[in-house]
Amino acid sequence: MAIETKLPFDQEYVRSFSEGSGEPSWLLDLRLQALAKAEELPLPKPDKTKIDQWNFTEFANHVVQSAPISSLEELPEAVKALIDLNEEVKNLYVQRDNTPAYISLSENLKEKGVIFTDIFTAVREHSELLQKYLMKDGVKIDEHRLTALHAALLNGGVFVYVPKNVEIDTPLQAVYIQESKDAALFNHVIVVAEDNSRVVYVENYISTMETSNAVVNIVAEVFANTNARVFFAAVDNLAKGTTTYVNRRGIAGRDGRIEWALGLMNDGNTVSENITRLIGDGSYGDTKTVVVGRGEQVQNFTTSVIHYGKHTEGHILKHGVVKDSATSIFNGIGKIEHGASKSNAQQESRVLMLSEKARGDANPILLIDEDDVMAGHAASVGRVDPIQLYYLMSRGIPRVEAERLIIHGFLAPVVNEIPIEGVKKQLIEVIERKVR
Amino acid sequence: MAVLTIKDLHVSVEGKEILKGVNLEVKGGEIHAIMGPNGTGKSTLSSAIMGHPKYEVTKGSITLDGQDVLEMEVDERARAGLFLAMQYPSEISGVTNADFLRAAINARLGEGNEISLMKFIRKLDEKMEFLEMNSDMAHRYLNEGFSGGEKKRNEILQLMMLEPKIAILDEIDSGLDIDALKIVSKGVNEMRSSDFGCLIITHYQRLLNYITPDYVHVMMQGRIVKSGGPELAQRLEAEGYDWIKKELGIEEETVEQEA
Repeated sequence: MAIETKLPFDQEYVRSFSEGSGEPSWLLDLRLQALAKAEELPLPKPDKTKIDQWNFTEFANHVVQSAPISSLEELPEAVKALIDLNEEVKNLYVQRDNTPAYISLSENLKEKGVIFTDIFTAVREHSELLQKYLMKDGVKIDEHRLTALHAALLNGGVFVYVPKNVEIDTPLQAVYIQESKDAALFNHVIVVAEDNSRVVYVENYISTMETSNAVVNIVAEVFANTNARVFFAAVDNLAKGTTTYVNRRGIAGRDGRIEWALGLMNDGNTVSENITRLIGDGSYGDTKTVVVGRGEQVQNFTTSVIHYGKHTEGHILKHGVVKDSATSIFNGIGKIEHGASKSNAQQESRVLMLSEKARGDANPILLIDEDDVMAGHAASVGRVDPIQLYYLMSRGIPRVEAERLIIHGFLAPVVNEIPIEGVKKQLIEVIERKVR
Repeated sequence: MAVLTIKDLHVSVEGKEILKGVNLEVKGGEIHAIMGPNGTGKSTLSSAIMGHPKYEVTKGSITLDGQDVLEMEVDERARAGLFLAMQYPSEISGVTNADFLRAAINARLGEGNEISLMKFIRKLDEKMEFLEMNSDMAHRYLNEGFSGGEKKRNEILQLMMLEPKIAILDEIDSGLDIDALKIVSKGVNEMRSSDFGCLIITHYQRLLNYITPDYVHVMMQGRIVKSGGPELAQRLEAEGYDWIKKELGIEEETVEQEA
């Protein structure tokens, strides 16, 4: 494993990194612009969480060279468990730190024009297509320091492109492995579903070792064009020593549908932002998030659905469990812009507190600039309901097991949606481990 | 043969005494009905036997086969053989009826003796069919979105799956139409055996047309004020409670007003 150490990152570094990767000039320009912005723009300001002391920028190595693998058998057990090794045709991408380690896409999908490749290859082979989507209409480089830094230092990720009228039945799976204790990952995921197409994408972020002072900065941009459907499932499971910024953004065109199922199980401090913009008339966004906070970790989760088109429908569901001395802030925002008549914005945020010192906060917000709409929200913060416990125990189930059932049930809305059995099983196990 | 023995039971809720000395013995093979107007302490009795966290026993004893029930946690009471079909069963989102029932059965059997999945499914299918329940009820979340009648039927399903020694049915008939009432009664009658004792709490005689009790007790002012056979229920149906109040010189039967 060769390690490059060129820090602090400056223009020179970014230029040489970009050229070293054989990137087109538009991307180098984007990086350099972004780097300049990163120096001047402030950090994001997630509501009710102070992050100015968090480490988003200090790390030992921007790039860690890992070797590709020749067989999936070489992967660590925890990673293998996520993958159906017996499946003959795999649509799978595995990334070790920054290194694309394994990629496989069925011939059938290749023939249909589907692109599923690591971001570096995509930059070289599909430059124009990528340029159209990379940090343009989804997440912009100048939103704040972390999006700028992301663009400047982007060093991993995947590109998914589904042409018009192509419907993919089996999920495309990506696994991002953090296997160096002080790695920096600036991972970029783009999913484009052209008109009338359909795709399911499932990703895992997993640490295979304890980390210290590691930085992960993730941006995912999802485009569901006219009448396209994207289902995006993610399980984030990064170690305690990793500070994570993750921004997942969806843009839905006319009658487009974007559904998210996010299991946010990081053990370190995390800022997560998930915004779905319903641009086209009749578009639909559904976002389900479950979270477990434990130890001392501080997490902030902002979920937003913004309605621009008429007859748009948005649903937000967030269920969080907080234990030990952890803090979890849940901001849910349903926003209906002027002109988005006949739209419907619904949200539900619930926080379950498992200990005295845990802190949880659910802030449902509705911002409505149009008269002819429907909107609703429900929010609650509390302990495991003693009457529910009594009911289960009255059937002979011991208290600990009864609590476990209630908690798993509370987090089921996302677990049940995960379309890959190994990933679902792993999420259940992670929950089990975290709430114990 | 199981024996549930309640002696001089006094129970308070939030500092207010509701039960003021209840004495009752229910044996395996017997069906007892406790009747009485609203607010006389019937449901308090059932909650206190099961160990509801809001109810505090201030005096008296409850034993099951000589074991001190009051010393037991709620789940221990259930594993000892008690069951309460609740008036307002909880809804538990994300936990399927089937998973819940399996967890409950396995809690009784203990580690290493768990029921096999096949055996469990066979038993569940059989009982659900007996209670004329739609098979999708097994995979729905526990009581979530169930109608009142479905919830009651689901309580009886649990009764039949768990096969307790002594069951308490707390107003299992409230909110049921006649068809549902017949099915619920069919379930309880199916359980009847020398190993099964039952305490039915109701304020309508209607249920007792389908489940014939061996003993009928009337509760007023937090005590059992009269006991008899099935004919007592019929007289209550025909004449109401006034004659008992007159006979015993009770002006106000409820607990609340009486203090």
